Amino acid sequence: MPKTQVIPVDVRRDRLGPVDELRQLRATAPVTPAETVPGLAHRPTWLVTGHAEVREVLGDSGRFRTRPPADSEADSRQLMQPGNLLHFDPPEHGRLRKMFTPEFTVKRMRRLEPRIQAIVDDFLDLMEQAGPPADLMRQFAQPVAGMIICDLLGVPLDDYAILARYGNMLRDGSRPRKERMAAGAGLMNYFAAHETRLRAAPDEELLGMLVREQGDSLSHEELAGFAIALLNAGLDNTSAMIGLGTLALLEHPDQLGLLRERPELVGNAVEELLRYISVIPTASPRTAVVDVRLAGELIRQGDRVRCSLMSANRDAATCPEPDRLDITREPAPHVAFGHGIHHCLGAPLARLEMRLVYQALFCRFPTLKLAVPAEDVRFRIAPSKVVFSLEALPVVW
Amino acid sequence: MVTGPMAREDRVRIRADRERCAASGLCVLLVPGVFEQSDEDGRVTLRTGEAAGDQVARVRAAASRCPTGAISLSER
Repeated sequence: MPKTQVIPVDVRRDRLGPVDELRQLRATAPVTPAETVPGLAHRPTWLVTGHAEVREVLGDSGRFRTRPPADSEADSRQLMQPGNLLHFDPPEHGRLRKMFTPEFTVKRMRRLEPRIQAIVDDFLDLMEQAGPPADLMRQFAQPVAGMIICDLLGVPLDDYAILARYGNMLRDGSRPRKERMAAGAGLMNYFAAHETRLRAAPDEELLGMLVREQGDSLSHEELAGFAIALLNAGLDNTSAMIGLGTLALLEHPDQLGLLRERPELVGNAVEELLRYISVIPTASPRTAVVDVRLAGELIRQGDRVRCSLMSANRDAATCPEPDRLDITREPAPHVAFGHGIHHCLGAPLARLEMRLVYQALFCRFPTLKLAVPAEDVRFRIAPSKVVFSLEALPVVW
Repeated sequence: MVTGPMAREDRVRIRADRERCAASGLCVLLVPGVFEQSDEDGRVTLRTGEAAGDQVARVRAAASRCPTGAISLSER
């Protein structure tokens, strides 16, 4: 008999927004005992839903660790993926992050802008040539996000399809463990081969620069692990934001109209969509290092803490009328990219991609609209998928 | 003459703790005239040690949004 999986309250959605139950929790108990995370049933878990409390937990890497918890040091080491920043705490985290940050400066991202624009325009051309209707996820969001991350990493753009297939298998928690391990191994092999080429002749792209500048201080496993983490974030989170952001604007024609009239609002619109949609509903779980009192509750050493980014982003402490999409508001202090030392490394890239994509898409197809009734849009919500997304986004123009 | 809270709002001194900085680039996006990122390590550098007038509100927003609290302000 298949196991029935209960979708936790912080992962469930009412279309683009949180479910009322999550709002009620925030109002009455911003720190509350949570449904336990599968596999870690023996550890008490807390759900944090208030904006201030979420920032407090995520901002305090001294008292809340992010590395995978386990019963022993050896087990924990086993679970840690080399090169995956989210599996490391200070001081090891700092060592890795320091190597990667120069590759993600705002300035560096701006240099990528013409290349990203070219990829976006290519896929808009293809969509236009194929004619309506189109599935915006399959024909635009996914290949655009995939090719941009390949371009950034410096691997052939056409490899995006094979990398995406591995990546999707690896991330899909509903697949058998063996399949996921095989997908992971496939990716490790792919990047190991790429690294061998780079060690012989480093190029000017992200992985090439890391090999050139970090040399042996970055291990093979770390380089491949970092590439895989980037690939996963670049593929899934970005395509989700492209699709869901487009849907949110189509469902708020007044806001879309404003964006058309005032293209300079696109930067604000990106921030507002990041906040409003919160594609990553909940931050990677933290583990309390010591007993911590938070919002009147006692979180004990070793307890797990899940921070609801969606809830924090819809807290009135974040902005007035938080459940309203308003692209004209002063960018709100949202936590869609997390908070603290693990704040999304790729945020400058994500922001740039969103800006170019929304601008180009609505400019190319001024009459873009849903091809199905709004209630037939299929969202992707499953406990096995970390990122909220769309199964498909059928559009016409 | 400007007195009271207005005068305090008018001008702030800015400090950036490069050790804490996580290189999110948020401050650079919010107030490019004041904050910069080093090409070396991606961390924050200051173009100026103080902000005045219209910039003060934006610098405050950057400080409050900084993911690692690396930006601190003091009134002049």
